[in-house]
Amino acid sequence: MNQLLDRLMGRGNASGSAKIAKERLQFVLVHDRLDLSPEKLKELKDEILAVISKYVAIDRNNVEISIEQRKRDNWLVADIPLTPDDKKD
Amino acid sequence: MGARVITVTSGKGGVGKTTATANISVALAQLGKKVVAIDADIGLRNLDVILGLENRIVYDLVDVVEGRCKLRQAMIKHKAYPDLYLIPAAQTRDKTAVSPSDMVDITQQLRDEFDFILIDSPAGIERGFRNAVAPADDVLIVTNPEVSSVRDADRIIGLLEAEEKGPGKLVINRVKIGMVRRGEMLSMEDVVDILAIKLIGVVPDDESVLLSSNRGEPAAGDLNSKAGQAFRNIARRLSGEEVPFMSLDGSESFFQRFVRFFSGSVSGPG
Ligand SMILES: Nc1ncnc2c1ncn2[C@@H]1O[C@H](COP(=O)(O)OP(=O)(O)O)[C@@H](O)[C@H]1O
Ligand SMILES: [Mg+2]
Repeated sequence: MNQLLDRLMGRGNASGSAKIAKERLQFVLVHDRLDLSPEKLKELKDEILAVISKYVAIDRNNVEISIEQRKRDNWLVADIPLTPDDKKD
Repeated sequence: MGARVITVTSGKGGVGKTTATANISVALAQLGKKVVAIDADIGLRNLDVILGLENRIVYDLVDVVEGRCKLRQAMIKHKAYPDLYLIPAAQTRDKTAVSPSDMVDITQQLRDEFDFILIDSPAGIERGFRNAVAPADDVLIVTNPEVSSVRDADRIIGLLEAEEKGPGKLVINRVKIGMVRRGEMLSMEDVVDILAIKLIGVVPDDESVLLSSNRGEPAAGDLNSKAGQAFRNIARRLSGEEVPFMSLDGSESFFQRFVRFFSGSVSGPG
């Protein structure tokens, strides 16, 4: 029913494989463009977090570091919650 | 300066570079422009058959480069479109028979006399691609709405940017509108979103393309062909006209959403 509604509204099928294709493309292009493998990207994230943790406590469970495409440029975007009361030395 | 040199490329093979080159050349000639189409796919020549000129070849691009004939002698005038000429590729040589600077020289000799010089690039990112791109003022990147083709297009855009020829303009070819509507094929919005370059044409997957290649008469010359219409629109946009993107299936609502999308967030229809 929802699907029919989507179709009538011209929204296409949200669960169709085109959506998967787009996500897979976006994933593969980040690594193509930066010449950075998924493992290296993970290392990069871990190192960033390790450096920051030397100065302030961070809430590791809610960290979000990702590469975002803006036009044809890539941005490393980090959302790192600092837990204020728990400052390390 | 005169002519604008427009190279048609893609990275991946079989996506419609030769089809696009032939059709846009014909459509430009129909607009009264003086056009030379150069087949830079040495060893795999095809632009001649798509344009229906295969039985008129005497000399080719490599003959010109190696001095066996004058440039003029290798230019085949199209009978149906007297403002259109073809310089065919050599069939029995390879890409190393021509250099990027040869391509610059040849186009330089033609610039004064013509309005547009279109270059059909081979697949790949090696010598043949560099030959085709070296003289380009503008690059058209042809892609299909499909993962590997879009990935290769992205790579090409990256290479063009590195050579300061980029980012190029996008032609999305072989769109199956029914599949797009069912969410089973990347939409034009998806592809433009991912590649983030200016769109210059959307061409439907259309049987008339095969039929016209059987006969050697590009679909752009057929007023009933939807693909032909899409290629004519590209030619008009290249000539500086603002042409709204056409509906691929006659659906107004889709068309309007499509135009709204592109006029809003990309660069306007045209
Ligand atoms: N819009 C289209 N609709 C249907 N078939 C197409 C379309 N564009 C290209 N083709 C077909 O796809 C095949 C490859 O096209 P071609 O132009 O030779 O690609 P390339 O030069 O990129 O290798 C050909 O058989 C051609 O007829
Ligand atoms: Mg080809």
